[in-house]
Amino acid sequence: MAQLASALVTMLLGVLGCAVYFYGSNILLDKVFPTKSGPAQKVARNLRISNTIRPWLFLGPAVLLLTFYLFYPVIDSIRLSFFDRSGDEFVGISNYVWLFGSDEFFESFRNNMLWLIVVPTAATFFGLVIATMTDRIWWGNIAKSLIFMPMAISFIGASVIWKFIYDFRSGGDAQIGLLNAVVVFFGGEPQNWITIPFWNNFFLMIILIWIQTGFAMVILSAALRGIPDETIEAAVLDGANGVQIFFKIMVPQIWGTIAVVWTTITILVLKVFDIVLAMTNGQWDTQVLANQMFDWMFRGGGDFGRGAVVAIVIMVLVIPIMIWNIKRANAEMEGR
Amino acid sequence: MIASSKRSPLTYLVHATVLFLVVIWTIPTAGLFVSSIRDKDQLSVSGWWTALSTSEQRIVDRANGPKTQTQEGDQFVIRGNLLTNSSAVITQFGFSSLDPEAFAAGTLAEMRNGQTLQVMANGDYALASPAQWKGSRGQRIFYTAEVPPRFTLDNYREVLSAEGLGQSFLNSLTVTIPATIIPILVAAFAAYALAWMRFPGRALLVAAVVGLLVVPLQMSLIPLLKSYNLIGEFFGVGSKTYVGIWLAHTGFGLPLAIYLLRNYIAGLPSEIIESARVDGASDFDIFRKIILPLSFPALASFAIFQFLWVWNDLLIAMVFLGNNEEHLVLTGQLRELLGSRGGNWEILTASAFITIIVPLCVFFSLQRYLVRGLLAGSVK
Amino acid sequence: MADVKLTHVKKIYSNKVEVLKDINLDIKKGEFIVFVGPSGCGKSTLLRMISGLEEISAGTLEIDGQVVNDIPPALRGIAMVFQSYALYPHMSVYDNMAFSLQIAKVGKESIDQQVRKAADMLQLTPYLDRLPKALSGGQRQRVAIGRAIVRRPKVFLFDEPLSNLDAALRVATRMEIANLKDSMPDSTMIYVTHDQVEAMTLADRIVLLSAGNIEQVGSPLDLYEHPANVFVAKFIGSPAMNVVPCRIEKTGEQTQVSLSSTVMVETPIITGSSEQAKAAFFGIRPEDLLVVATEAEGFLSGQVTFVESLGEATLLYVTVPGCEEMVIAKQAGTLKTQRGDTVHLSALPEKMHLFDDKEVSYRR
Ligand SMILES: Nc1ncnc2c1ncn2[C@@H]1O[C@H](COP(=O)(O)OP(=O)(O)O)[C@@H](O)[C@H]1O
Ligand SMILES: [Mg+2]
Repeated sequence: MAQLASALVTMLLGVLGCAVYFYGSNILLDKVFPTKSGPAQKVARNLRISNTIRPWLFLGPAVLLLTFYLFYPVIDSIRLSFFDRSGDEFVGISNYVWLFGSDEFFESFRNNMLWLIVVPTAATFFGLVIATMTDRIWWGNIAKSLIFMPMAISFIGASVIWKFIYDFRSGGDAQIGLLNAVVVFFGGEPQNWITIPFWNNFFLMIILIWIQTGFAMVILSAALRGIPDETIEAAVLDGANGVQIFFKIMVPQIWGTIAVVWTTITILVLKVFDIVLAMTNGQWDTQVLANQMFDWMFRGGGDFGRGAVVAIVIMVLVIPIMIWNIKRANAEMEGR
Repeated sequence: MIASSKRSPLTYLVHATVLFLVVIWTIPTAGLFVSSIRDKDQLSVSGWWTALSTSEQRIVDRANGPKTQTQEGDQFVIRGNLLTNSSAVITQFGFSSLDPEAFAAGTLAEMRNGQTLQVMANGDYALASPAQWKGSRGQRIFYTAEVPPRFTLDNYREVLSAEGLGQSFLNSLTVTIPATIIPILVAAFAAYALAWMRFPGRALLVAAVVGLLVVPLQMSLIPLLKSYNLIGEFFGVGSKTYVGIWLAHTGFGLPLAIYLLRNYIAGLPSEIIESARVDGASDFDIFRKIILPLSFPALASFAIFQFLWVWNDLLIAMVFLGNNEEHLVLTGQLRELLGSRGGNWEILTASAFITIIVPLCVFFSLQRYLVRGLLAGSVK
Repeated sequence: MADVKLTHVKKIYSNKVEVLKDINLDIKKGEFIVFVGPSGCGKSTLLRMISGLEEISAGTLEIDGQVVNDIPPALRGIAMVFQSYALYPHMSVYDNMAFSLQIAKVGKESIDQQVRKAADMLQLTPYLDRLPKALSGGQRQRVAIGRAIVRRPKVFLFDEPLSNLDAALRVATRMEIANLKDSMPDSTMIYVTHDQVEAMTLADRIVLLSAGNIEQVGSPLDLYEHPANVFVAKFIGSPAMNVVPCRIEKTGEQTQVSLSSTVMVETPIITGSSEQAKAAFFGIRPEDLLVVATEAEGFLSGQVTFVESLGEATLLYVTVPGCEEMVIAKQAGTLKTQRGDTVHLSALPEKMHLFDDKEVSYRR
């Protein structure tokens, strides 16, 4: 109960503090430079001043937070990557040398690449297929809702769910993991799936595909519905069949959206961490960059330099997407 | 979409395929839920899909100790029931691990020294001996029982109290609610400024927000951890505080929040805002009285996003709140259990279900807004 | 209640395009002024500069003798009605109308009184509690007007307020706006439209804009009868005035021009002798052309290429030998004339227009 009360109080304080800032600063501005009455010339001057100040009152907290939590750390990570484990002593590029000489890095890098290729592609593909099909049936919305559901589940929760599916009982015991039960049912030999090197990566990827397909589906379904019916009707009149219509008329019209979905999932994949941590913690050749970085940060007191180097590799992988995103947003703004 | 394709056999194929996919997508979660309410003994020996059928269990139990023996005629007898509070039916029993199914229920089994054991189908047993029973431990009894399906909330009771999930649940709420509201406030003001106010550097800021959208937050952890330690030292508090994690979630959630809300707010009709300006409203008035009410759908959708994200987050919580008992959030707790109780599925399934139940409720009740928000962010 | 005066006003957007070039305009108190012109010519920009929503790049704007270039919209004593109405969708009709007064911190009773008065005037009283989405297009338009009235502005600004209404409603609302003006004789109204009928029916004076310039300012009939140039001549009136290239054959009190080697016309327009033999443009409105029985009575003859029967009138598209463009003649009622017939056309000399080689009208 005491915990509940103190939680409530801290919550209220946090939220109130934030509200007080916005109200307070703006009301103060209106008090110091009144713009609602008074001689016109004075008001005009006050208005000019408050119009210069006010955007920064609105933006202030956001800019500060973005700087402190994202911008500065990116810069500092770059700096730290040239320093030793405690971040005190400059060590040149030795962290980089270490990284490119370590087997673990190449393992994580290879796995990350696998994730990057398989997960976005599979999720987008399934999303597109399911979106197309559910748009044609009367219970499509229910189906969509169920397929979208894993989106609400945490990676760690999803890991438990799937660990249960991959569960393995040795000897002649009854298998309580669904996958092994199915294998046994069809006369196969039960396996400890998540310990089979290389292939176990795919068993982990299935979890993320399971989570992300719903996202792809929802967005692609909206894009498909945005296709003008006339173009499809015209294709029907021109004698195209269903498959031709799908690939030659519908897909080209939603390329832009497919690209957005694909990149969004790609970014997510680069950051994937929880699943690997929970399922294998990088054992059995399943290490990925994000988990490796986390390892170096915290294991054995933490090596900030090496952790930062891995972080930078992740960042470099994201940069092309970042540039593409900015270009797209700029083009959009000009369109307004 | 295309009228002529309505009745073709293709349609049935579509129905079948979608049904198949939906089943595949829901089965994992369904399995988790079913398992979490099964009896823990059944859970560990049979698959959850058999939950509704009777299962056969082999169990080892001990009879009551010699202290409870009574003298009946020339025999010393120990009586009891193996199946108290269970409606199972015993089919076979034995007294040695070498042959646990030696006798059918109801038969009289001869043991050493003229001792006998009889186990009835309903679990009643009787151990009889011509000499007095000695020692303090009871005789081991092996039996095979047909156990009817049994569902129970015991697993939940256990994880909520003994495993500390109740506490974690509160911690998660304490983290999540302010970490959802604060970024909305901060982002809404910023989004309005970026959409409708004129000031130098606006385009640059918009580009920065879009760029930060993809920065992997792992990048930030090391520098932030150092800063947090410094700040914590300075104020003489620990570096792991609720305020710290709220602000961290706010910082990491801001790019998406600003991006989504700016897209939405910039799409509001300019004439409405100009009209308010002609009516004498300042930017702050316009924001409060026009923008906030009109942006409700976007605010709601971001709120859902952020709520799910924060509730489901493991990484930030581990880094900024740490692993000690009193601060552990649900995801962190679940991960601990995964490590310490990896094989105890009754605990894992119930805990996992507790961690996902809140987001699932939020998801199903507010799905409409979530979809709208996703679309505002991605489809143009 | 107020004069509005624009002196050398310019608008240059950030992309360096000069959208308005040197606008000079004097609007008198109580006048109903209509800005008309093709779309994209800068009407809205000009109106928005008067309202204060758009910055004035150069020149001065005075309202009531006071320079207001830097004064915010709310303090200029103006009210604006937008094309899309711009009603606040989340507020009731009452709150929509009361918003500006609430912002100005006017007392509750006073707000109530003014809102109800305006609602009464516009027959909106039964709808005061409704949200805008529960109103018809015409009602929304009236709320937008009511919102302007409540502020008791010195100058009303309307930006194409009728263009989102269907044809019938547009006529009805047009008359309501005319009535509104009559009931508030002191208010200055500035009204933007691209529709010349609205301009002709509502305006005391029309300001005709094209590509950022004022082409002509004058009363509706003035613009119709004495267009200052070919652009105005063609913009006002429907179908547009026939304008045919010609050559000045004789100057003086009566000018004689040749439209082709065979067609000569004489009009009572004064030209100086220096104009002799210059290229020019001859204009005649379709409704001023009359079909006559014999060639001798008319001044133009040609073959009918199209006939459009509108019921109340008939349009004849006549191909005149020696003229590139077809000449349109508008005749009242229905005619028996058919495609391929030869017709003879006459016109009163004083209805004819003559423009010089720079398309500027000659003095009459
Ligand atoms: N914000 C702007 N930036 C650049 N050009 C603009 C802007 N707003 C309008 N314009 C241009 O100014 C010209 C006049 O626009 P406007 O006044 O809206 O015309 P209209 O007469 O149809 O109301 C148009 O060519 C338009 O493209
Ligand atoms: Mg316009």
